[in-house]
This record gives sequence, structure tokens and C-alpha cells, in this order.
Amino acid sequence: MSDQLIFERSVTGRRGYHLPPSEVPARAPADVIPREQLRTAPPLLPEVAEFDVVRHYTRLSQLNFSVDTHFYPLGSCTMKYNPKLNERVAALPGFAWLHPLQPAGQVQGMLELLYELEQLLCAITGMSAFTLQPAAGAAGELTGLKIIAAYHRRKRRTRSTILIPDSAHGTNPASAALSGFTVVQLVSGRDGLIDVQELRSKLTNDVAALMLTNPNTLGLFERDIKAIAALLHERDALVYMDGANMNALLGIARPGDMGVDLLQLNLHKTFSTPHGGGGPGAGPVGVTKTLEPFLPVPRVRKRGARYVWDERARATIGRVHGFYGNCGVLVRAYAYIRTLGREGLARTSRIAIINANYLKRKLEGAFPVPFGDHCMHEFVATAKALNAHNINAWDVAKRLLDYGFYAPTVFFPLIVDEALMIEPTETESKETLDQFAHALLAIAQEAQTNPELIRRSPQRLTVDRLDEVRAAREPNLRWKPTEDISRQPSTPARQPHTPGPGRAVHR
Amino acid sequence: MDYAPNTDEQLQEMLRAIGASSFEELISTVPAELRLPAEAPARRPSQGGAGGSAQAGQRTLDVPHGLAEAQVVELCERLAGRNRSLNHVTSFLGAGAYQHLIPTAVDALASRGEWLTPYTPYQAEASQGTLQAIYEFQTMVCELLQMEVANASLYDGASSVAEAVLLAMRATQRPRVLVSEALHPHASQTLATYLIGADAIVQEIPTVHGVTDLEALSKALGDDVACVVLQQPNVFGCLEPMSQAGERLHRVGGLLIASVYPISLGLLKPPGAYGADIAVAEGRCLGSPVAYGGPGLGLFTTTSELLRRIPGRLAGCTVDQRGRRGFTLTLQTREQHIRRERATSNICTNEGWLALRATIFLSLLGPVGMQELARLNVEKAHYARERLVELPWVRAAFSPSPRDQSNDHDAPARGRPERGGAESRDDQPFFNEFTLEYDSGISVDTVNRALAKAGIVGGFPLADWFPSMPQTSLWCVTELVSREAVDRLVDVLRKVI
Amino acid sequence: MQVPLDLLYTKTHEWARRLPAVPESPAGERGLPAGRQAQAGDGGDVAVGITSHAQEELRDVVFVELPKVGRTVKQGEAVAVIESVKAAFDIYAPISGSISRINEVVAKNPQLVNQDCYGEGWLYAMTPSAPNELDALLPADVYAKQIQAGAH
Repeated sequence: MSDQLIFERSVTGRRGYHLPPSEVPARAPADVIPREQLRTAPPLLPEVAEFDVVRHYTRLSQLNFSVDTHFYPLGSCTMKYNPKLNERVAALPGFAWLHPLQPAGQVQGMLELLYELEQLLCAITGMSAFTLQPAAGAAGELTGLKIIAAYHRRKRRTRSTILIPDSAHGTNPASAALSGFTVVQLVSGRDGLIDVQELRSKLTNDVAALMLTNPNTLGLFERDIKAIAALLHERDALVYMDGANMNALLGIARPGDMGVDLLQLNLHKTFSTPHGGGGPGAGPVGVTKTLEPFLPVPRVRKRGARYVWDERARATIGRVHGFYGNCGVLVRAYAYIRTLGREGLARTSRIAIINANYLKRKLEGAFPVPFGDHCMHEFVATAKALNAHNINAWDVAKRLLDYGFYAPTVFFPLIVDEALMIEPTETESKETLDQFAHALLAIAQEAQTNPELIRRSPQRLTVDRLDEVRAAREPNLRWKPTEDISRQPSTPARQPHTPGPGRAVHR
Repeated sequence: MDYAPNTDEQLQEMLRAIGASSFEELISTVPAELRLPAEAPARRPSQGGAGGSAQAGQRTLDVPHGLAEAQVVELCERLAGRNRSLNHVTSFLGAGAYQHLIPTAVDALASRGEWLTPYTPYQAEASQGTLQAIYEFQTMVCELLQMEVANASLYDGASSVAEAVLLAMRATQRPRVLVSEALHPHASQTLATYLIGADAIVQEIPTVHGVTDLEALSKALGDDVACVVLQQPNVFGCLEPMSQAGERLHRVGGLLIASVYPISLGLLKPPGAYGADIAVAEGRCLGSPVAYGGPGLGLFTTTSELLRRIPGRLAGCTVDQRGRRGFTLTLQTREQHIRRERATSNICTNEGWLALRATIFLSLLGPVGMQELARLNVEKAHYARERLVELPWVRAAFSPSPRDQSNDHDAPARGRPERGGAESRDDQPFFNEFTLEYDSGISVDTVNRALAKAGIVGGFPLADWFPSMPQTSLWCVTELVSREAVDRLVDVLRKVI
Repeated sequence: MQVPLDLLYTKTHEWARRLPAVPESPAGERGLPAGRQAQAGDGGDVAVGITSHAQEELRDVVFVELPKVGRTVKQGEAVAVIESVKAAFDIYAPISGSISRINEVVAKNPQLVNQDCYGEGWLYAMTPSAPNELDALLPADVYAKQIQAGAH
């Protein structure tokens, strides 16, 4: 049963926060602001005491699974432990209470941190320069694609196609389309990797770039990457790497050495910044020297012993975010990288890979892994065997919740049927992995002896399976009071806004 | 130091269970020529040059050695200590980033691991906390902005403007976009980047006396106009004629996009009340620190007609198999993980944690608190401007009547309060941010440098964004600024010039 | 598996019903629902919907996005979208022509696509510009074989 909504706890007259007195002469807003610019009715916010708020949001938090409480084997999400140290650092007033427009002389510590972070990311990835502006991985992809578009435009040619493997994360084609490109899908080879012949056949002079993930979403390293990059470069097309799976590569290999021209990192994945229930993240984009002029501005530069913002732009694509990006997240990532250092980073990938292969070995009997002998930091198993009992991957996911584990990514990548994409990360202990394997194997058993139980799961949480059909057919996206007649609730009209005739101007 | 629990013994055991003789075997698919060597020389972080890139033979993980917690704390405190943060100086900066009060309960609650460390709530049954919080957030944002639909957030105010324009173009299938000169430049620059590759025509509408020129706007309207983007209050702090602009725009079938300031909406008319079709905002001011400009919190709201085109996540209320109320992500077929290249946006990770903080903030303040907070801002800012324009070389930059350009001190002073303390009705109304103009010969930078010596961060030099306005600066006064700080500011300025 | 004999089919699981010159509801012989009048202008038009096989694959339909009346379309062009909770599917035009009517009822009640995909769940009607294109569509037995063979 879900708790009450905060609005349902509202009692007229309650206050949760009191403001200090004004100290300056009182002024009626209507005296200084024209009436037509003033609000006539207050917003319908809850009237609750501080304690009501504390109890409500504390109890609500307890309805969540979280990394701090549960194992989260989500493939390609890298749900590793979020160190508390990073929170402490980010909360320092010297970082948290800085205004972005303070003169550079007043923020030298922040600028040094941003500069150093860029250097560290270059060293880790082998790229020449980074922008820290994009606020998430998808924003980084968008930034990268804009750079690709600008690169070709500067050479006075139109390249309208992006090649993307069918195993790619959905943000890849979405970002490509948003940037005005046409997506051409590459059918993966029988080994789950990019098929070089397939690539050759689709590599025309209209191709602007290839977008790939390495290791790919199956957790397999694209071993032909250098040859693949060479093919693209022959036609002066670019190679974009989705760096979501960087947790497999730290201290092992660097994208810059593979022929990658651009990549984005997800600091909220590889670099431990917390997911926050859906952000904030940060998606810095690294580029080769050739592409550096296209990076968003401003950039931090070092002039002697001083750091400055450089707004100058030779060929910049412009700006992708207000101010400088998610600095609060960047500070956390910086603290993490300095904590781990070179040995810690290398150990991270090492153990992430061992953990993944260990778990894979334990599960393969009941949940075969169609691609690869060993995997990198993640693997994709199939729950197809359970179809015989009318159980699919979604059911397995739901039953895992009953066992106290967050489910792996399901039904993705699309090239594996009934896919379960599992990434344990290096911060999980062997004991946890054993327990998780035990649970999955138990579910495989239950599929034979008691499939109905699985189909009805989860049963141990505060809600069981939610009616998503109803949620989509009758969208109820906000609370509305039922008693107050002056605010009669009305179901939002669901007429689709069909576009007028004429050309589509933007996809 | 690292956070991986498994010991070397355990790792050996696991390798045996895998059936691999060594770790190297597990990564045998990585070509040898790409492998980084196991050992590498140490590097001090502050050596110049781009780190570790393609110099022959230098392929190493060229990163300093790890540090223990106490060392990291010391390092970061040292870096933080080289910043003059707002607990040590009094700042009058706004210009799109506003430091407001943050009730203690916000941090106390939001820092719980159950709020900070979950993933996006795709497994709804295991995420009822986050989903309910998003539903509450969506509700509160709708109420504050008086709009019908709100999403679970976008990255920030600037990218929300860009997404709003993309939506308007798709919904109307029209290519022309009108943007006020008085839109925050970061928003218009981000918009420009998002429009690279789109067949869009962006036209800037000039301002007159600090507000968007309605006549120029009318002239620019046509049936190929998808939308008009206006900011309220605008970049100069002035209040725009939103209703009038909206009326004219709707007659030609375009959509009104309003970029608003959430704290002001405790008092100012919300966008839903003046006919906005899409209303966006930078919502970080609701319970999160300014943090050098990020992370932000993009509020994104629309009318119900545009629901199916809205980008980003939506949490919906539904029931479970037993009829119990629950929450789930819904209308996901708009999103990237399903629609892929035909998604309404590519956004995946957004600003969930800041949305939670905003929800807690708005719960604590409630309708009365938001009204009082807005009023505090109005009172303090108006007091400050009143005192500042007492200085003979300072005046309010905008007034609806034609300005006297000459530096004639005998001319009636614009912006000087009339006897009795009432504001001059000649000046453009504002909320908590206003533009001042100095007499020629007095440089904004000189003034700010003098102020900095006194521990005061003066108004933002608008010439940085508007080169044709060299003598102007943008001042913001929030509830955090004490009367004493304002009086001290004036005293310092009196001595400076 | 229902594959009505009087309809024509596409490889992409749309059905097409020739509407007779005498006005008739695009819902066909299954009868006009109470209160519905056959509308003039139906004659010669082709009604389009998706097959039982398709709606079973889709599972619960939650939303239907229909084209605008008057729009000109080419054979094979994507003209509508059907959404379930987890997926969105393009619906293609079986022939070239212009959209003459859309089914407002199914827009408001998307579950009709599941419940009565050949009748009340019809999506749109179009006036063909090249009627001989209908000859290229699959008759019921060919389509039924295609489903059995597992071709998608």
C-alpha cells in the first residue's frame, strides 16, 4: 500500500518553515508590481509541518530499493557503491556555495579542480581534450553528434548517415535522429560483435560516423576496433564511442588508442557519482586533437599559475548547458578519481571483470549466455528456457524483487531473446554474488514447479504488479483535490495533436 | 584505495570457479597492442599539457597514485579554500543562478541513501518511493506554474528552453522561432546548439526600455511561426508583457513558451494564467545550492494537448493487481529506450535527486511560505535599489519613457524615489533583480573590484553579454541578503566614488 | 487465428477492406453499432486496420495515433502509430491514396484494437489513387500461410 500523498496530509494553517523577519521597510507587492503581473490565487501546495515532511519522506524512502540497500545488477548502468566521501566533498561550502559568475580570481580552487579533472579524464581515456558541460550520457552523445555534424560541415560536405549496431543503447539512435542524422543499423555478426563485412557494405560516402559501444552491450570487447576505425577514417568518417561501459577498460585499454575520435563518459556510472533516482549525472565528452576546436565553450585554461575561462571559439558548436555543466557532480567524480588513483582504477576494472565472469559461470547452466566465452564487466544471459513454462524475462525480474535483489536490465539488448543484462560491478562481494546466483537458480526451479508464483510476483513488496496499461490509457500524472469545487478536476484531454500538412521540419 | 571488497584470496577462488588460469585469460579478446602495461610512472597532477595522449611509448594510465580518505579531504578542502564562497562574501549576483535559503530538512532527508542511490525507477514495484515523489513533484510544479502537465525534470533551464522549442516546431510543423533578446544568453546559445542540423529559422526580437518590443514582435509574426520564447522576469530583471504577447501569437497559431523563475511564482502571475503553451524554468533555486551553476533542475510543463509530445519521464498513478494505489513510469513509448530514433527526446538520466529536493522544499514552504519568500525578495530588492539610486552616479537603467541620454545632473533623476519612499512609477517593475546604469566615466569593473576588497560581489557586468550596454550591471537581492549588508554596500560605494 | 476471407492483407499485418460503392460502415458486415449511420463518401474507399496476429503480438493497445484527414500517402508509407505499454509500432498504408476518414472512436478507446480488430477497431479509410495496387496485396490464405511460417 502506498503511503498517503503529501497533499493528503495537508492541514490548513500548518507551516513547515518559518522565514526570518524582513528588516527592511514593508512593501505591498501591488505597490511596486502592476496587478496584472501578480498571482491571484496561491499555488495548491501542501500545508504541513516540518515533522510531517520528515516522516513522510523518510517513510517514502523506505519503499525504495537503492544501491545502499540492495544489489543492483543492471547491465550498462554500473551501479557501484557511491562513496560517502564524495558527498562530503561536494557539500563543502567552498564548492556548493559558489556563484558561476563570480570573477575567476574568486574561484581559482574550482577552476583548478575542473582543469585537473579534464586532465585526469584525458589520461584515463587517451583522448586529447574534454568538455565537462554535458549533463548526462545522452547529453554527451548529443554533443558528440553536433561535433560530428560541425566537422563535416566545415569540410563543406553533407554527410547525413550514422551507422549504429543493433545492440546499441536506445539513446544512440535517439541522439542521432535529434541531431538531424539518418540512422542505418548494422546487423551484429554471429559472434555478437560488429560484422566488418556488414560495415563495409553499409559504409558509403554519406556516412558521417559510426557510433559504437566498447565493450558492447553484450559485454564483449570489439577486438576489430582498430581495423573498424581505419575503415571509417579512410572515408574521413568519424568513430564515436559510447563510453557507458568504461568500467571494463580502466587501466586495461584506452579508447584514444583504438582510433576513437570522440566518446562520452558517464560519471554517474564508471565514476561512482550517485544515480539519485534518475540523475543528476554528467556526460563529459572527450575528443582527439583534430576535434578540439569544436568543443563547447567556455573551457578552462591554465595561464601560468592562474586558471581562466576561455570563451573564445574557433569552431565551437556553442553551448549545451547553462553555465559550466553539473559542477556538483564533477566535484564528486574528481574526489573519486583522486581516491582511487592509478592502482585503484586498474583494480576496479579488473575486479569488475572477474566478478562478472564468476557470476556468469554460476548462472550459465540455467541461463545460457549466447555470446562470448568470457565476458568483460557484464554479460547478457537468456531466460528463453523458461518460456517452456510460460515464464519470460520480465517475470524473472519481478520474482527477483521478492528475493531482495533489484532486477537486471531485461529485454535489452534486442539481439538476445528474453535478455537479462547483468553487471555486478567491482564493489559487490563474492557473498552477494553467490546469493544472487542462488536466487536466480531458485527461480529457474520455481519455473518448473510453481510458475504461477513467478507470474504473480512480486508479492513481498508494498505493491504487486502495477497496471501499466491503465496508466498509459488513462494518464493520471498529478494529484487533484476532489472536494474543492473551485478546482474541479478534469481528465486531461487526450486528443493527439496531429501535425498539419506540409513537410516535416524536424524529426 | 578502492571500494572493491573481494580479497586477493577470494579473487583467486573465483578465477578457479570460472576455470581461468589468470585474469589475463578473461581479457584475451583485447588485442595485445591496445593493452596498457601493468606498471606506470607516477605523475603529479599539476604538470601542464593534455594528459597521457598519443605520444609514442607513453601509453600508461598516467594518473597520480590513490589517496587515503584524510588526504582526499585535505586536498579538497585546500581547493575549496581557494574559492570565495557565499558564506564568506555577500553576493549580489543573479543572472540565471539564484542562491536561496535551503531548509535543513531538505539536506537531512535527501541525503538518505534510499533517495540518493537508487536507479531510475524502471522496476516500479521496487521504486514506489521515488515514483510517488516524482508524482508529488509533478503535481507541485503544475501548481506553481499553473500548467496542466509536468514531467519528472530535464537537465536545466537552458536545455528545457531548447526542448520546448523542438516540441513547438514538431507540434506545429513550422520552422520559424522568435526569441526575445531578453532571454538568458545561455538558453539562447543552448537552443542554437540543439538546432544545429534542424531546418529552423531563429529570429531575435529586440527590447525597448528593457522589455521585449511588442510592436517588433507583432511585425515578426506570421503563420510560419512555431513559437515565441519569452523569459519572465527577463534577463534584465524586468517584467515582460506576457499576456499581450501570448494573445497576438495565438492569433497566428503559434505557441507561447515562457521561461520563468520559480521563486518569483509565489507572487508573480504564473505562466498558465497568461496562456503559455509550454512553461519551463531553472528549478535549482527550489532547495538546491547554486554549486557554481550545476547540476540544475529543468522544469518542463505543457498544456494537456501537448502531453503526447512531452520529452522526459512521466510518473503516473495507477493500481496494482489488488487495487492498491501505486505509481509507475508511463507513456514511455515516447522515450528513447523504446522509440529509439523516433523518441520525443534522447533524455535518459535527468535531475531526479534535485526534483526530490524541490518537492521537499515546496512541502516545507507551502503556499504561505512561498508567498512570504517572494515578498521578502521583493522588499529587499526594492530597498536595495532605492538606496543604490541615492548615489548620484547611479540610476535605474530602464524606464518606459524616453531616456535622457545626457549626463545632466540638473535633469530630473530617473529612478530616484519620490519623497516618502515610494518607487518612481517611471521605472520598469521588477521582482528581485534590477539593472543599474552608472554615469559615464565610472566603470562597472572598477566598482566591482573595490567591492570585492570589501568582501562584496557586485552586480554582474551586463556588457559581458550585451556589449552595447557598457555602463550597466545586473543586481539580485534575495532573502539571504540582510539589510545591514545592503547598507554596508551603499556605504562602501559612497566611499569608492 | 482469425484471418477473414473477405479482406486483403499486407506483409506488415495490416488488413484492407474495399468499401462498396453503396455507403457502408468501415466496420463492415459485422454491423453498424447502435446509433452509427453509414456515411456518404465511403464508396470506393478502402478501410485499413491491423490483423488479429498483430494485435496479439502488441498486447494491450494503449494509444493510437491516426493520420490527418486529407493527407496524401504512398503505398508502404508509415501513416499511423499504435502503442502498447512497452512498444510503438508503425502502421503502413497498404496502397497509395489520400486519407478520407479516421476512426475517432478507436482513438478514444484504443482497446478496441484488441477487442475487435477487424470491426470496431478499424483505423482509417483512404481513397485510392492507384486502385490496381490492391492486386498486389495478399489474399487471406497466403497471409495465413505467412503467419504460420513465422515470417514477420
